[in-house]
Amino acid sequence: MSEIRKSWGLHTGVVALLLALNFILPDYHHGNLARVMVLACYAMGYNMLFGYTGLLSLGHALFFAAGMYGMSLTVQHLGWSAGPAIIVGLASGLAMSLVVGILSLRTAGVAFMIVTLMFAQAGYLAALYFGEYTRGDEGFVIQKAARQIGGIDLSDPMSRYLAALVLFAVCLFITLRVVQTGFGRVLVAIRENEERTRMLGYDVHLHKLLAILLSGTMSAAAGAAYGLLFGYAGATFASVQYSIFPLLWVLLGGAGTVLGPFVGTLFMFYLIDLSSDISTAYMLIAGLTLVLLTLFAPQGLVGELRRRTLRWLP
Amino acid sequence: MELVPYLILGLLEGLVTAAVLSLMALGLSLVFGVMRVVNVAHGEFFMVGAVLAWQIASLFEGHPAWGFLAALLVAPPLTACIAVAANQLVLKRIEYDPERTIVATIGLLYIIQQVTLMTYGPDARPVEAPFNQRLSIPLVEWTESGLSLYWPWGLGTTTYKLAVIMAAVMLLTGIWILMTRTRSGLLMRATQLDRETAQAFGIPVGRVYATVFGLGAALAALAGVLIVPIQQAHYLMGHDPLLLSFIVVIIGGLGSLPGTVVAALLIGISDGMISVFFSPTLAKIIATLGVAFVLIFMPQGLFGKRGL
Amino acid sequence: MMLLSTRGLSRHFGGLKAVENVDFDLPEGQVRALIGPNGAGKTTYVGLLSGRIPASAGSVTFDGQNITHLPAHLRIRAGMAYTFQITSIYGRLSVQENVALALRWRKGGNEAATTKRATDALERVGIAKRADQLAGDLSYGHQRLLEIAMGISQQPRLLILDEPTQGLADSEIVDFISLIRDLVGEMTILLIEHNIHVVMQTADAITVLNGGEILAEGTPGEIRKNTAVQAAYLGTK
Repeated sequence: MSEIRKSWGLHTGVVALLLALNFILPDYHHGNLARVMVLACYAMGYNMLFGYTGLLSLGHALFFAAGMYGMSLTVQHLGWSAGPAIIVGLASGLAMSLVVGILSLRTAGVAFMIVTLMFAQAGYLAALYFGEYTRGDEGFVIQKAARQIGGIDLSDPMSRYLAALVLFAVCLFITLRVVQTGFGRVLVAIRENEERTRMLGYDVHLHKLLAILLSGTMSAAAGAAYGLLFGYAGATFASVQYSIFPLLWVLLGGAGTVLGPFVGTLFMFYLIDLSSDISTAYMLIAGLTLVLLTLFAPQGLVGELRRRTLRWLP
Repeated sequence: MELVPYLILGLLEGLVTAAVLSLMALGLSLVFGVMRVVNVAHGEFFMVGAVLAWQIASLFEGHPAWGFLAALLVAPPLTACIAVAANQLVLKRIEYDPERTIVATIGLLYIIQQVTLMTYGPDARPVEAPFNQRLSIPLVEWTESGLSLYWPWGLGTTTYKLAVIMAAVMLLTGIWILMTRTRSGLLMRATQLDRETAQAFGIPVGRVYATVFGLGAALAALAGVLIVPIQQAHYLMGHDPLLLSFIVVIIGGLGSLPGTVVAALLIGISDGMISVFFSPTLAKIIATLGVAFVLIFMPQGLFGKRGL
Repeated sequence: MMLLSTRGLSRHFGGLKAVENVDFDLPEGQVRALIGPNGAGKTTYVGLLSGRIPASAGSVTFDGQNITHLPAHLRIRAGMAYTFQITSIYGRLSVQENVALALRWRKGGNEAATTKRATDALERVGIAKRADQLAGDLSYGHQRLLEIAMGISQQPRLLILDEPTQGLADSEIVDFISLIRDLVGEMTILLIEHNIHVVMQTADAITVLNGGEILAEGTPGEIRKNTAVQAAYLGTK
């Protein structure tokens, strides 16, 4: 029981710390951290499927982009306000993950990776094909006037940071709660030994599908929020690169840990931020990190911490 | 212009695509067949072949054939060396675990691509073809005075394109002989069938893996050298061919040489045909969704016997 | 009353008839051993019972219900428990969590009740002291016991054990025999077993499979005397 209390304490502490940082960070890092928190939600969504359920998707950009376009296209072309538009974004993510889940779960392992990659590629190409609405790679800016919820102007740095923090806290606590319930433990059991889990009386297929729905919808929430808070939607967010990023963040931070996605996103963000001052070839850092991680630290930062000292970390 | 010349043009362009694609996909398929891993960085070996071809060719003056010939002889082995180094430094250490290999080769993809960007730069650069005569293609038509030939405007190809098709046919035959008639081929096929047993019989599995990975990369690089007089060398050029080779390998059935060639012809020609008539983006959407559905509903591919 | 029956149950792999037209009845409360030479189709047969392998023909009835087309996890929920021939546990989870996973889907079971039942099961097989270790760190014999604990903790109507004593030391086999005897009256047991000593010590009745078909059925004494069985199986031992 005390382990559960400890982990709630730790994660609440992290959220409180991020809240405190809102008031003391200089502008540049304040903006960065808001971005990192939203992207960390994407990573947490990815982690639900990859870290806890053991399904390696190479196509999560499809869900992120579904949220982003679901939100931004309704704002842009139907003139909806931000609140309902976010719901459309979430619904697009949910629908997309349902379709992709039902189809791709007929495969496993490497075939699953390639099928998800192909679906996401088709989604990216579709964003280019319908360039009339999406303006393709160039993308479009979401007007300042549309970026408001209940009178709060989300383009203002302070409210943007707080909105990002709210979303981050929601995703973090959902993950923490799921991991502690029987459902989450069955996901881990599926990751560890699928056939054994089936033969203990669990509907493995249903659990995997629910994990994809949760993961895809969380990714879509991050996509919708990213578009809304930073005022831009473009096809780059649907590209292969954006499917690789969450994998990278989660591997770096620690797959199958609640805090890992945030830690990984934060590290990678600043790593790329610093190196892009030096060179345009900033993706080199991403490549090197991926190779070094697979070679030397497959558990990631938080994963290593758990292995060495804090066994109770969720 | 009428429909027939369009179709012939599409067919010819498609054959060139198919020739290059079959070499590249064969490399991918060989690596998967023998080593049971998917090499996501395969497209970068294609790109490295093309970029090296430009570097090598630019060292030569005089007739372009010398530079091209040098590139053809030097670029593939050099690329193979890079691949073997990657195999020894990375893949071997993670013991060819299928999922970790994919993650690691995604890393390799970015490393190779970005290092090229830093050294070779973001420009697209051409290599001059060793020979490049234009050939017009006549069609037959029925006129009042009986059968006669005519030359539709724009219908033609070049000697170089025909040479690419010929070269691919020769190389594919060579690989087929290597796999079926030589001792190295036997070792590879034995390893492909059963790694443990091969090891028990004293086959140096480690060396076979390194060779196969190098050979696969050399084939991709060769495809890159052959394409570079038609299409310029650029650091991002590996992306589309990678996707197309995935499609070819999945449809042809992984690890099957005849399947790969048939699928390359199918994809190359239909790519040529579709892009004559449809927008290339729509063609790609259809193709990628097609691959996904083949994998979901026919995991053995259209010709192969084994799934992923 | 028959707990489990199969009628005409068959499974073909291409041309190979792994299980052919098996009629089988298992009364409630019995300990039944399923024996036969290698390749006789024993594992395939229990795969058909538990739903891991779909049947080519025939039917399976469990507790009066036709379960031929029921997916594996629902058969487990209907009261079967299954242990694998090759040890299949969660190596990176704790011993306690391994057993808890076997119990958690039960309705009305809160975490405290689950923990208690898991501990009871571990005590029964004698590895309760190791509850907090990682299952992968256990010795091979203890891993097999853990797998049996996962089976009996579910308090199933039917416990299927696929070669549970394979690879166990002699002393561990003695403990296993007394464990099975201890379970009599609590659950029906179907035991695939190579070790004929274990079979003779535990089984109420024996079914002999050969070439995918039932060769003989009877009490241990009858099977011992059966010449066809001696020729096909015991003679080779």
